[in-house]
Amino acid sequence: MPTAPAPAFADAVASDRSLRRFLHGLPGVDTVGLEARAASLGTRSIKTTAKAYAIDLAISMIDLTTLEGADTAGKVRALGAKAVHPDPTDRTTPRTAAVCVYPDMVATAKEAVAGSDVKVASVATAFPAGRAALEVKLGDVREAVAAGADEIDMVIDRGAFLAGHYLKVYEEIVAVKEASGAARLKVIFETGELSTYDNIRRASWLGMMAGADFIKTSTGKVGVNATPANTLLMLEAVRDFRAQTGVQVGVKPAGGIRTTKDAIKFLVLVNETAGSDWLDNHWFRFGASSLLNDLLMQRQKLSTGRYSGPDYVTVD
Amino acid sequence: MSTVERLTVLKTYKLYVGGKFPRSESGRVYEVSDSKGKWLANAPLSSRKDARDAVVAARKAFGGWAGATAYNRGQVLYRVAEMLEGRRDQFVREVADAEGLSKSKAAAVVDAAIDRWVWYAGWTDKIGQVVGGANPVAGPFFNLSTPEPTGVVAVLAPQKSSFLGLVSVIAPVIATGNTAVVIASETSPLPALSLGEVLATSDVPGGVVNVLSGRTAEIAAPLAAHQDVNAIDLTGADADLARDLEIAAADNLKRVRRPQAVDTDWTTDPGTDRLTSFLETKTVWHPTGSLGASGSSY
Repeated sequence: MPTAPAPAFADAVASDRSLRRFLHGLPGVDTVGLEARAASLGTRSIKTTAKAYAIDLAISMIDLTTLEGADTAGKVRALGAKAVHPDPTDRTTPRTAAVCVYPDMVATAKEAVAGSDVKVASVATAFPAGRAALEVKLGDVREAVAAGADEIDMVIDRGAFLAGHYLKVYEEIVAVKEASGAARLKVIFETGELSTYDNIRRASWLGMMAGADFIKTSTGKVGVNATPANTLLMLEAVRDFRAQTGVQVGVKPAGGIRTTKDAIKFLVLVNETAGSDWLDNHWFRFGASSLLNDLLMQRQKLSTGRYSGPDYVTVD
Repeated sequence: MSTVERLTVLKTYKLYVGGKFPRSESGRVYEVSDSKGKWLANAPLSSRKDARDAVVAARKAFGGWAGATAYNRGQVLYRVAEMLEGRRDQFVREVADAEGLSKSKAAAVVDAAIDRWVWYAGWTDKIGQVVGGANPVAGPFFNLSTPEPTGVVAVLAPQKSSFLGLVSVIAPVIATGNTAVVIASETSPLPALSLGEVLATSDVPGGVVNVLSGRTAEIAAPLAAHQDVNAIDLTGADADLARDLEIAAADNLKRVRRPQAVDTDWTTDPGTDRLTSFLETKTVWHPTGSLGASGSSY
């Protein structure tokens, strides 16, 4: 065991068997109830000043992301500039929380956001598949941290998780946490590959027990990404985890959130499930790229009264 | 045993936005009656959010439609005329109800509208030659002008001529490659909503034409101010409304087509005026050098 587990779970993580017993002992998820609850919270009508607040909050929670094979230094610099001044025509627009790039782009991103409070997050551990030896993954993490990443987004080994080797997944997260040092660690479950809500709940607990600072839904590279239901489930997990241990963990839905309406629905989920303590970019993030433009257009609509269009925001 | 009279199946008229048939986002409807005041149906009472959604759909469809070859657009529009022909009886009924015409007069109006559609379908691959071409310039250049579509056009359909007038304002806008957000006649929107059903079953891509029904002034105001609408046709606006809309439209320099002072007679030959209203001319200068020993510069 590289580091000591949270004392509350020392017994649970003693062996693969005890960990399995613990995770399978978590209450089962009521699928119908969960989806109905997520859907009903999505019907809230958020207007005028509340909407303006929600839009600014959502902008400040964005991890502005570019994770393409075709990423160039120029694209990362443009992304950094956009994170610092999302809407150059309106300086009251809040900055995004972070930019999220591949490890080799961290140094470029760091330069691009220098002098602002925008953080640089880097995916690591053989993102998005996570199919590499532990040493390679840790090397990936160390490189990103050495280049100056403030946050590390790791992927769990879904193969091991689905095969029931929970302790392997746990130890890997612990090792990555240690390699991350001062950088905050976001643990990506790739919920679309976990098949069941029960698995998402188990993965959430497993991640938090191993020391994750954030639990994150997905990579954005598979068919099913963040949905209101799986985010709601993870919000319940962080709420329960804090109630039990006093440790607060953040949540980051990523992928597939493209409109202001969607983003506001997620904020409602946060407030109603985890509570207002999480309504802050230290504890809740959106992994998104096109969402920002929609938020900016809605923001312009609120300030001018006219509908805006894609001609008035940047092409990414 | 007495026979029970059959209950007619009433039609729910819906909007046509992005190739789908949504109800108004607001959930509102209003009563549509015929020329004698008899109730015909409920039509959706669109809100500004329906207008916004329609613009998003029209913008999304613009690239593909503007990029299609003129020949292909002509074929697609001709297909619409084929579908209209198949629904002729329905349109005759709706036009007769809406405009208080006899069956035979309404049939003449519908025929004229279908012919008008075919006429505009023929123009798609010809308008470029008429308004574009090579320009003679005083220098060693090829100078070529080609017309290009303006973009998303908001169209306020005529209030009185619910079908022939409607066709006469929509067809020229889309024939040249624009996409349209159409506000149907406020008092007689049913032919326009049925036209949406025809377009959906033709080969017109979803979003190229979007049909909204409701209060013209309520829907037109956000469209005129919308930053992502490139032009507005004010045919269906009265003088006061047209003035307000034109002021709102000035903000992002929309191309504006003003309504005519006197009521238009839609049965007359329309000419190419409406086709060219929503075209932008692109001119390309290309240097020419002398080619070979002949000294010819071409």
